[in-house]
Amino acid sequence: MTDQAQETPSTAKIGRLARWRQSDLWWSFTRSPSAIAGALILTLLILAALAAPLISPQNPFDPAQLDLWNSELPPIWQADGQWPFILGTDTQGRDMLSAILYGSRISILIGVCSVILSLTVGLSLGLVAGYFGGIVDNVLMRIGDVLLSIPTILIAILVSAVARQMLPPELRDVGSAAVLVLAITLSAWVQYARTVRAQTIVERGKEYVQAARLLKTPARRIMLNHILPNTLTPIMVAATLNFGMAILTEATLSFLGIGMPPSQPSLGTLIRLGNQFLFSGVWWVVLFPVLQLCLLVVSVNLLGDWLRDALNPKLR
Amino acid sequence: MIVFLIKRLANAVLVMLAVALMAFMIFRFAGDPVELMANEQMSQADRLELREKLGLNDPFVTQYVRFVVNAAQGDFGISYRNGQDVMTLIAERFPATIELALVATALSLLIGIPLGVLTAIHRGRWYSEGLQFVSIIGVSLPSFVVGILLILVFAVSLGLVPAFGRGDVVQIGWWSTGLLTASGRASLLLPSFALALYQITLVMRLVRAEMMEVLRSDFVKFARARGVPRWRINFRHALRNCLMPVVTMTAMNVGSLIAFALITETVFQWPGMGMLFIQAVTFLDIPVMAGYLCIVSFIFVTLNTLVDIAYAVIDPRLRDATR
Amino acid sequence: MKLRKHLLAGLAFAFLASTAQAETLRWGSPRDIFSLDPYSYGSTSNLAFLNHVYEGLTRYTPEFVVEPALATNWELVSEKVWRFHLRKGVKFQNGADFTADDVVASMARVSHPTSPLRGNIPAYVSTTKVDDYTVDIEVNTPSPLFLNDMTNIFMFDKDWLIENKSELPTDVGGKVEGYTTYHTNGTGPFIVESRVPDSKTVLVKNNGWWDTPKHNLDRIEFTPITSAATRVAALLSGEIDLTDGAPVQDLDRLKSDPNIKVVERSDLRTIHLVFNRKDKLNDGRDNFFNDIKVRQAIDHAIDRQLIFKRVMRGKSHVAGTMVAPEIPGYSAELDVPTAYDPELSKKLLEEAGAVGTEFTLVCMNDESVNEEDVCSALVSMLSRVGLKPTLDIGPRAVQAPKRAGGKSDAYMIGWANEPTLDAYSLLIQVLSTREGAAGVANYGGWSYPELDAMVKKAAVEMDRDKRLAIETEALKFAKDQVIMIPLHQQPMAWAMSKEVTDVTIRADNKPRHWLTRIGD
Repeated sequence: MTDQAQETPSTAKIGRLARWRQSDLWWSFTRSPSAIAGALILTLLILAALAAPLISPQNPFDPAQLDLWNSELPPIWQADGQWPFILGTDTQGRDMLSAILYGSRISILIGVCSVILSLTVGLSLGLVAGYFGGIVDNVLMRIGDVLLSIPTILIAILVSAVARQMLPPELRDVGSAAVLVLAITLSAWVQYARTVRAQTIVERGKEYVQAARLLKTPARRIMLNHILPNTLTPIMVAATLNFGMAILTEATLSFLGIGMPPSQPSLGTLIRLGNQFLFSGVWWVVLFPVLQLCLLVVSVNLLGDWLRDALNPKLR
Repeated sequence: MIVFLIKRLANAVLVMLAVALMAFMIFRFAGDPVELMANEQMSQADRLELREKLGLNDPFVTQYVRFVVNAAQGDFGISYRNGQDVMTLIAERFPATIELALVATALSLLIGIPLGVLTAIHRGRWYSEGLQFVSIIGVSLPSFVVGILLILVFAVSLGLVPAFGRGDVVQIGWWSTGLLTASGRASLLLPSFALALYQITLVMRLVRAEMMEVLRSDFVKFARARGVPRWRINFRHALRNCLMPVVTMTAMNVGSLIAFALITETVFQWPGMGMLFIQAVTFLDIPVMAGYLCIVSFIFVTLNTLVDIAYAVIDPRLRDATR
Repeated sequence: MKLRKHLLAGLAFAFLASTAQAETLRWGSPRDIFSLDPYSYGSTSNLAFLNHVYEGLTRYTPEFVVEPALATNWELVSEKVWRFHLRKGVKFQNGADFTADDVVASMARVSHPTSPLRGNIPAYVSTTKVDDYTVDIEVNTPSPLFLNDMTNIFMFDKDWLIENKSELPTDVGGKVEGYTTYHTNGTGPFIVESRVPDSKTVLVKNNGWWDTPKHNLDRIEFTPITSAATRVAALLSGEIDLTDGAPVQDLDRLKSDPNIKVVERSDLRTIHLVFNRKDKLNDGRDNFFNDIKVRQAIDHAIDRQLIFKRVMRGKSHVAGTMVAPEIPGYSAELDVPTAYDPELSKKLLEEAGAVGTEFTLVCMNDESVNEEDVCSALVSMLSRVGLKPTLDIGPRAVQAPKRAGGKSDAYMIGWANEPTLDAYSLLIQVLSTREGAAGVANYGGWSYPELDAMVKKAAVEMDRDKRLAIETEALKFAKDQVIMIPLHQQPMAWAMSKEVTDVTIRADNKPRHWLTRIGD
C-alpha cells in the first residue's frame, strides 16, 4: 500500500496527461477555433492581470502615486500622449493601462473566488441533500427555491448594498470584494446543489453504492470518492459559464455604484467613472475598460460554450 | 390534480413568506430606521418616542407578523426619502417597467425565432456560424455597456431617437402608456432592445437546438420522403414542435426581465420600478427596497407557479413527478 | 377601425394644438426635489424650486436687495418686534384669501421643534396677529438680517392646513404620507399640475398671481436627469431646453453647438474641508485634528491651483477666505489662498507626530460640483505628505447623518450663506459653538469663546459697516485657527437652447423662471 502511494503520483501524472491528450475533449478542443481563441485570450488576460504589479507603470490603488498634473493625458499615439501612460490617464491622473490591469485582477479574483465558494457550498449541500434525503433534503431545497424565486441580480444588489452599509468605513475598501463574492455566491450555489443532488439520487440507487454501504464505508467517503466524480461533467460546464456571469454581475454592481469603491476600481467602477465624461472628449477613460471587460467575458463564454457542446452527449 | 394545485400554491406561499422575512430583515437591520427617519433637529426624547411608536421595541416575531400582514395588504410604509406611500410610488412606476419588459419579450421572440430557425436550417454556413459567434458576444456584453453604446450611436451621433426617459405618455385609468404617442414609441426603442438583447440570444439558441433535434427526428425524415416541400416541413412541422419550450422559457423569463430592467432603466433614465429601486438602494430608502423586493418576487413566483400549473394541465405525468 | 382613426386624429390634433399655443420650458436638472413641502427639508435647491409655487413675506430682487412680496411694508415697532403689513387681494391657488391668520399658522408650523427649517430663522420668537392684514413678529435680536431670512419662509393657507391635518410639520413616524408632501396651495406664479418623483414634475402658469408676470411660460416640465452624460445628450438632441447643472467638463462641447448657449460663473457656495474636533475620534483614538499644526499641515498640503486647473477646468474661484466675494463681510485682504508647500506640510506633521495617521474623509457624490473628483484629489494630495486618508463617498442622504452625528473624521461642507446672504450666516450657524440655534451646522463640535463673543457682538450691531468689520475680524480669527479649510467657490454653469431668453442667473444659482422667456 505504502509503496504504491509513493510511486503513483508521477506515473499517474504522465498517465493522466497522456490520457487527456487522447481524450475526446482534447480532440474537440483542437477542432474548435473559437475555443482555442477563447483559451488563448483568457490565458493572456489572466497572466497579465497576475503580473500587474510587475508590468504596470503605476499602482492605481495607491493615492500617493496619482498626480493630478498627469490627468486626462491621451493615449501615447496621440499628439499629447506621454510615456509611460500608454493608454492615457483618467481625470485623477490614473494610468489607464495600470487601472485596467489592476481592475481585471479584481474582476477575475472576484469571479474565481465566487465560483470556488459557490462550488464548495453547492457541492457539499447537494451531496448531503441527495445522499441523506428526508428533512435535510427538504429544508435545503426549500431554501434553494426561495433563493431562486428572487432574481439573482436583486439578491446581489441587496446583499451588497446592505452588507457594505454595515461595514465600518475603514474596512469598506478591503471588505467590498468579500461582500461581492458573498453576494454572488448566495444565489449561484443553488444551481450546483440541484445538479449534484439529482445526480446523487441517481447514483445512490446504483449497485456499487449499495455495496459500499453494506461494507460500512463511511458516508463521507462514498460521497467524495464515488458519487462526486460522476457529477463533475455538468458541474464543469456550469462553473465556466458562472465564472463569466460572476464577472458580469460584479461589473454591473460596480457600475451601479454598489460594488468596488473608486479607490479600488474594478472594470465596472472604471466604466462608471468614465461614463460621466462620455462627451468630454476623453473617450479613452471609458473605451478601454469596456473593451477589456468584453474581451474577458467573451473569452470565458467562448470556452464555456464549447465545453457545453463538447460534453453534451446529445450533440456528439 | 387538486392535491397538486394545493401543493404548488402552498409552496408559492411559503416562498413568499421567506421573501417577506428577507425584506423584513433588511428593513429592520440595515441601519437603524429611527436614525434614517429622524432629522438633525430631533431630540433624544423624540427619538425614543418615535422608536416606541414604530413598534421597534416589540419582540421580533410580533414585528415580522405585523410586517407580513401589512405587506399582504400592500402597505410597505412611507418612503424615507420623499415621504410618499411606497405602494403608490411603485404603482406609479409599474406600467413603465411592465411595458418595457413586455416589448422586450416581444422583440426577443420576433428576432430570436427567425434567427434560430435560420441558423438551424443552414447549419454550417458562414452566416450561421457568424450569428452563433455574435450571439456569444451578445451574452457577454453587459447590458449597461449595450445601453451606453446604443445611446452614443443612435441618440447622440445619429439623433434618431431620444436618449432618455419615456417621452409623452397617455393615461388610461391608472395605467400610463407610452405606446400611443410617437415620442413614447421612439423612446421605447433603445431601452427595449438593450433589455432584449440577452433574451434574443437565448431564444435563438434554444430554437436552434430544438429545431436541430426535431429535424433529425423520424417524422421529419418521413415527411421529407413523402415529398412535402422543405419550407413547409421547416415552418409548419418542425418549428411548431419546438415552440412549446420557447414559450415556456419566455413566460418564465418575463420575471427576470422585470428584474434586469433595473440596469436598463438606470442607463436610460427610464422612470420605472427598477430606477426607483436603484435610487432607493443608494439612498438606503429601506421601505422602498423592501416593497420592490416583495413585489418583483411576487410576480416571479406567480409566473413560475402559473407555468407549472399550465404544464401539469397539459401533461398529467408531471403531477406525479413533483409529488 | 374608423372610430380608431378619429380617435387618433383627435389625439394628434390635441397634441398639435397644445404645442402651438403653449410655451413650455423643458428643464432638466441634476437632481429631483425632495418634497413639495417647503418645510420638509432645509435644502436650498428644494426651496428655490418651491419658490415658484409658494412665496414669503419678503423676497430678493435679482440684485439681492430685500423687497416686498406678500408683505407690502414693515417697520420695527420696538427693539425686538417687527410689524409686517400684508398685501391685500392676494389669493391662494385654491381661491382662499391671504390674511394674518395664515402668517400665524405658517410661522407656528415652521418654528415647531420638529421642523427641519427651524435653524433658518435663528432669531425668531413668536408671531401675533394685530388685525387681518397686520402681524407682529418678535425676535430675540434686533438684527436687520431677519428680513433676509424671511425670504425663505413661505406662506401656507391656514384653513387648507387644518382641513388636511397638516398644521404641524409632517410626522416622519406617522404611517400616512404628509398631505403637503404631495399637494400644494401657494400664492406664487406657478401651480403644480402633476408630480411623479424622480421622473417629472409639471408646473403651469397661475393666472391669478398678484404680481405682473415677466415670464411668458405656460408650462414648466421639470425632469431630474442624474447622469451628467445623459443630461448633455438630452440637451444636444433637443429633448430639454435648459439645464441648471451643465457638467464643467462638457462646457466646451456644448459651446461648440450652434443651437446652445452656456452661461457660467462662480457660485456663492464655498466648499470647505472640515475636521472632527471632539476629544476622541469616532474609533476612540485621541483626536489629532485638535493640534493646530496638523490642520496647518493639511492646509499647506492642498494644491488649490491644481484642483482649479484640472478638476474645475479653470472655472472656479480659488478661496482664501470662507465666504465668496459677493457676501457682505468678505475682505479681499483675507482672500489669499494658503500657499501650497508640501515640504512645510511634512515638517509640521513630523513636529505634531502625526505622520502616517489614518482617517476617513466623508464626501458626497451628489452635492457639490465634481465632489468625487475633488475628494479623490484631496486624498491623493494628503497621501503624498504622509497621511493615510480613506475616502468614504456616497449620496447625501446616506453621508449627511455621518457628518451630523460626528461619525466622520473629516468631511466636506459647502456653505452659500443662504438665505441671509451675509457672512453672519456662516459665523452663527457653522463657526459658533453648538448651543441652541447657534452652531446648528457645527458638526465638528469645536468651540472658540473668542469667536462666539465676536458673533454675539455682530448680532446686535445695528450699524452695517461696524457689523461687517466685526464679521471680517471673526473670519480672520477662524482662518488663523484653521477651523475650516476653504477650497474654492465652485463654478456653476447653465446651458440652454438659444430659444430660451431672459434667464436670470445669479451667484446664488437659484432658478427664477418667473423671469424666463422662451421663443421670443
